[in-house]
Amino acid sequence: MPSTAGSTPRPDGPLPRFSWAERLVHRVTAGLLLLCAGTAACLYLPPLAQLVGRRHLMVVVHEWSGLLLPVPVLLGLTSRVFRADLRRLNRFAPYDRQWLRAVRRGTPGPRPAGKFNAGQKLYAGWIAGAVPIMLATGLLMWFTGLLPVIPRASALFVHDLTALAIAIVVLGHLRLAYRDPEARRGMRTGVVTRAWAKRNHPQWVEELTHVREDRR
Amino acid sequence: MHQEPSGTERAQDPSPAENGPPVARRVMLSVLGAGAAALAAAPLLRRGWDGLLGAAAQNDPTGLTGLLPGTDGFRYFSVAGSVPRRTAADYRLEIGGLVERPQTYTLDALRALPQTRVVGEARCTDGWRVQDVPFSGVLLSHLLDLAGVRAEGRAVRFTCFDGVYSESLTLEQARRADVLVALDMLDAPVTHDHGGPVRLYVAPMYFYKSAKWLSGISVTDKVVPGYWEEYGYAIDGWLDPSA
Repeated sequence: MPSTAGSTPRPDGPLPRFSWAERLVHRVTAGLLLLCAGTAACLYLPPLAQLVGRRHLMVVVHEWSGLLLPVPVLLGLTSRVFRADLRRLNRFAPYDRQWLRAVRRGTPGPRPAGKFNAGQKLYAGWIAGAVPIMLATGLLMWFTGLLPVIPRASALFVHDLTALAIAIVVLGHLRLAYRDPEARRGMRTGVVTRAWAKRNHPQWVEELTHVREDRR
Repeated sequence: MHQEPSGTERAQDPSPAENGPPVARRVMLSVLGAGAAALAAAPLLRRGWDGLLGAAAQNDPTGLTGLLPGTDGFRYFSVAGSVPRRTAADYRLEIGGLVERPQTYTLDALRALPQTRVVGEARCTDGWRVQDVPFSGVLLSHLLDLAGVRAEGRAVRFTCFDGVYSESLTLEQARRADVLVALDMLDAPVTHDHGGPVRLYVAPMYFYKSAKWLSGISVTDKVVPGYWEEYGYAIDGWLDPSA
């Protein structure tokens, strides 16, 4: 990874957070999701449907952007950095439960978190389950003969409700990103300031410091 | 990556603390399980959800419940970018093709013909359905009789003033007593969004067969597949009466 690999964090300098591959995966996934959700809205919401029409074009774009949605993540699996971050997202540390407790109680101030906080971990797991549901129910509607035991109306119902849930959760994701320019910069450029990292991911900074000391 | 300098071991094991339970994987599997369960229980859940939505919509001045995915109620579908509006002043229905006497009707001329009322279902392939919808207008068979179908006529093709949509029926289907050139829907003139001023209503078939914004009826010697049929929809969109 040309941008971040091998760079040793200086005590006050910016911290490398996301590799080039990870940022590309994020960007392409975001683009596909916007296409998929945008065309869904044009198919589904009456005012937009009346404004846009062109139903067949919307259907084709929706189907293909949806089908391609998991591809960037699957390709990302070839990157070791990406796999390592998936592992971090997967596993809970003791301080993740503290983070959740602090959020539930609305405790102000810094909350303990590694490279990813507990909310990000839950979000990752949730969306990793929701996308295959959309894919499966979408394919069931697309190829109606695939599993005749499942009525098309059932697939449609689950597809619609899961879409609603995804819309709410992704809007939350966008809102949090909107409120934190530095987090967005991390995803855009790959690096974050140490001050931001200390505030939002103290355990991660600690861990990086240890790595540096290990090398001495 | 930043922890790689201290060896591949670190890349495998990012942080000693982050070796706890695989919570994200459990969340993912739970979501998948819930999805599969919802798929199995959907026929039951749908009824409950529609009931809930119906009740909520009664007390909803904002209309926001209209954005929730219900399976009741009409939804607006159009295959064209925009659809021109036609009124009694400029609406025309042309009947031609393999007929003895090609006709052009104004809206008033259609209203002057005997009117028939059919109460039936509007069921879309996209999952929504509305039951007991009253349509009234002129029986298609009556219009065909007035034009006089020639002996070689086998099917009917419908075209629409949205400029894009088309539909088809066999002559036998077109002559059914529940196939209307509808002027009224829900006991009022068909609105623009519902395909007004004149639309087709083919009661025994999926709603895509009931072409909106009808402007042309042409008798042909064989079935010409309509718009959605060209994209793989069934040419005969019979409803399954048991569903």
